[in-house]
Amino acid sequence: MTQAEKELRFQEKIDREIKIEPNDWMPDEYRQTLVRQISQHAHSEVVGMLPEGNWITRAPNLRRKAVLLAKVQDEAGHGLYLYSAVETLGTSREQTIDDLHSGKAKYSSIFNYPALTWADIGTIGWLVDGAAIMNQVALCRTSYGPYARAMVKICKEESFHQRQGYESLIKLCNGTPQQKAMAQDAMNRFWWPALMMFGPSDAESTHSDQSIKWKIKRFTNDELRQSFVDATVPQAEILGLTIPDSNLKWNEERGHYDFSEIDWNEFWQVVKGNGPCNKERLAARVKAKEEGAWVREAASAFAKKRAMKKSA
Amino acid sequence: MSTIEWPLWEVFIRSKQGLNHKHVGSLRAPDATLALENARDVYTRRSEGISIWVVESAHIHATDIDDAASFFEPSDTKIYRHPTFYEVPDGVKHM
Ligand SMILES: [Fe+2]
Ligand SMILES: [Fe+2]
Repeated sequence: MTQAEKELRFQEKIDREIKIEPNDWMPDEYRQTLVRQISQHAHSEVVGMLPEGNWITRAPNLRRKAVLLAKVQDEAGHGLYLYSAVETLGTSREQTIDDLHSGKAKYSSIFNYPALTWADIGTIGWLVDGAAIMNQVALCRTSYGPYARAMVKICKEESFHQRQGYESLIKLCNGTPQQKAMAQDAMNRFWWPALMMFGPSDAESTHSDQSIKWKIKRFTNDELRQSFVDATVPQAEILGLTIPDSNLKWNEERGHYDFSEIDWNEFWQVVKGNGPCNKERLAARVKAKEEGAWVREAASAFAKKRAMKKSA
Repeated sequence: MSTIEWPLWEVFIRSKQGLNHKHVGSLRAPDATLALENARDVYTRRSEGISIWVVESAHIHATDIDDAASFFEPSDTKIYRHPTFYEVPDGVKHM
């Protein structure tokens, strides 16, 4: 079969909604796109633990602490499901992680913003996990089998992440004026970065068309961003929080909310590594790997020793 | 950079008594004991299982995807193995 015939057959499978599995033939570019996208997604789950993990010891009570711990533990699991999915594409785990540490691979820019107050933790659950869910629900039907399966599992676990954040904000917004102000301040800082989580606008997005054709993505960045805004505005109203955008208003004709243009300059600055926490986040990951090396080596040595004893 | 790569394990979980163990994913671990403990932490955080199997991925043998058509051909052509192949008169019951 020629290359062109293989590609044709591949596209036919995609068009008929047949999932692609690890050993199936696939175009190199399909494989590369998946490796890039899934590893970026995996890194986001793992780096995403840092701003929240930082608040576990400072949670205001035992209930919130247990909840936050459970959420952060889930994110570690999400990272693992996704690293496993990347591995099915023939890239080693070690390589994938090294690519993050060398700065070659990216992760979601949202985690380059600091979590300064307790209200940020609620806001992250509500807006950041909320935006992530919007993306991930769409990815449950992605064309690559292992990625789709990981997404289904992740989506099941994510729903509590957003709810616990919203619940925490409800408490703050119905609390003292200071608590309410703290929630509004968190909203002001996280709203725009949350909208940026959907990536560049469709006009700027380089991989979008092909990804849609291969059904890696089902919706464009702008479509998902719009769905997120539409879903979130009424939730903000219930909290009594103001969305920091004077152009935000319901457009009867479109049946959607209109909102201002994102500050793309800020977006690209953070992507390029110049956000408030880029260096700190990467340094934390590198340190974790280096300082954990002896544990991995010891576990390997122990396993070897035990295997030898068994065979003796 | 550490170069030690732990082996890959496939994880199978029985969600409740009476059901098969089902493949849920994979993970890396230095040995079976830790593979089981990691599988518990990663795949059963919400009571998804009552029993876990882990198998080193290297020990799994699989059919060849490129030969699938000829490999499974014998069953594809034998439609008389299905009950719908047979015609019975309308009045016949319990069959
Ligand atoms: Fe997650
Ligand atoms: Fe989450």
